[in-house]
Amino acid sequence: MMNNTVLLAFSTANVLSDTVYYLLCGLLAVAVLLGIHLMSKVEKAQYGNKISALAIALGIIITLVEKDILPVWVVYPAMAGGMAIGLILARRVRMIEMPQLVALLNGVGGAASAIVASFAFAELYQGEDLFGRSTAALAVVVGTITFFGSLVAAGKLHKLLPQKPVVLPLHQTISLFTLLVLLVLVAWGGFFTVTAAAGLLAAMIVFSTLFGIVFSVRVGGADMPITISLLNSLSGVAAAIAGFAVNDVLLVSVGGIVGASGLFLTQIMCRAMNRNLLDILLGKTTLLEKKAEAAEEPEAVPEVEEKESVDPVTIIQSARKVIIVPGYGMALAQAQHLVKKLAAWLAGNGASVKYAIHPVAGRMPGHMDVLLIEAGVPFEDVYEMDDINEEFQEAELTIVVGANDVLNPAARNAQGTPIYGMPILNVDHCKNVVFFNYDLQPGYSGVENPIYKRKEGVWIIQGDASVTLADVLSQLSKN
Amino acid sequence: MELIQYILIAVFLVSTIVGYLLINNVPSRLHTPLMSGMNALSGVTILGALLATATALQSNTPVAGYIFGSLAIILAMINVAGGFAVTNRMLKMFGKKKDSKDDE
Repeated sequence: MMNNTVLLAFSTANVLSDTVYYLLCGLLAVAVLLGIHLMSKVEKAQYGNKISALAIALGIIITLVEKDILPVWVVYPAMAGGMAIGLILARRVRMIEMPQLVALLNGVGGAASAIVASFAFAELYQGEDLFGRSTAALAVVVGTITFFGSLVAAGKLHKLLPQKPVVLPLHQTISLFTLLVLLVLVAWGGFFTVTAAAGLLAAMIVFSTLFGIVFSVRVGGADMPITISLLNSLSGVAAAIAGFAVNDVLLVSVGGIVGASGLFLTQIMCRAMNRNLLDILLGKTTLLEKKAEAAEEPEAVPEVEEKESVDPVTIIQSARKVIIVPGYGMALAQAQHLVKKLAAWLAGNGASVKYAIHPVAGRMPGHMDVLLIEAGVPFEDVYEMDDINEEFQEAELTIVVGANDVLNPAARNAQGTPIYGMPILNVDHCKNVVFFNYDLQPGYSGVENPIYKRKEGVWIIQGDASVTLADVLSQLSKN
Repeated sequence: MELIQYILIAVFLVSTIVGYLLINNVPSRLHTPLMSGMNALSGVTILGALLATATALQSNTPVAGYIFGSLAIILAMINVAGGFAVTNRMLKMFGKKKDSKDDE
């Protein structure tokens, strides 16, 4: 029997009394909450993360002791292996790849929850514990959706899959149908015992896989921040529900915290992008249609290079109060170091320089901040939209690098467009604006940016920002 | 339903509400590390993986239990370790002060 070979000859079942164990679980849950709370201050965030990590480590230890798993030595190689892979991934990843790493990690967490729940389901299926059975079934479904949804999202972000939204014929119908089937399967697994557990499990996994994929393939670039935070929330939910199925209080608690906070973060993203969460879930395709229309007539925007007799270099030289607006285009062009150099030149020239970041710039929330800070921009100079939006009118110059939709003034008044009502950076309030954008095509929203057509005080330098910025920098240093 | 299950539901409700409230205070510049930190936390499912594996090893299909259990443990551990490590890496960058900016 395997039992004799997998167990070391001791038991820890009675080391902790139940009371002490639950007390410790409560303390660890509070520690996790404290860790999240510390994340609200830049200076303390590091400690917050360490406290959370410590809490989980202790959680693992007390679980090993209380549930008498410590003598089951065969779990250690798996733990060590997973840890090594995780640490290597964390060390190797480049900051621009953060979104896909987070998606991938999300996915593996979801998969782990699905496996745990499958075990619980197989064990509980014939029994009377309807609560355990239905939560196990639900966790299998949510975990599997998280896994495949995250894999597709990560694949898109890592350019292994086409990044354009893939819309199948009857996409919405397929999503709804799959969801319906899943509901039936979960109810079946929870309350009836007609088929064998294995068949039911297989059906749940197949349909969850289908739903996860169908859900994620239709998400395009700019909806990624929302999708990633939603999947993040789902992986927490999956863990919490799996916790119900295996009666683990710490799992339920921490999973719940992650699920709820992920959902809240998703709402913040939706608000910042003026999207409705339900629309994204069901895959409304208004955005895509608009984009298709815009793509038919790309020449509609005149190819303006310079409308003014004044050289943009002169404007940059004379400005004393400058705001820089970086967008995902900057990240794609890997131009953040050049942006920092430009800022340093401006500062050396006696100008004050601030960075203005839109909440959904980049491919995940806060992504742009991380990229700038990695490039060595001090975080004191980086401002959130609401803190800097009033300053655009006083600023002498705004430099936009690879951003479009997040500053499109059409959001204020173009009713019926996808961005109508979306909060934007008030770049159009600034009297001088220099753009370093790849082209003048409408952004992801498909709405043309009227600021490009402004008669005065707009300079547009088209092309790869890493080239155009280097060019302007060399001109600046010559003079 | 058993007592433990009612307790679990209560714990779930309290955790979700408090978690929901706390996130509100996190500034958007920290949303990426916050999210990857949360992500690491969701790897807490490692606890379930350990438990399920240990249980499955005592069952009458220990080999299948061992294989799938180990898979769950590996995946959850990647999630936890990778998540916390990369979050720490990012937050260290945030911790740098203004005077140390010329370190290219």
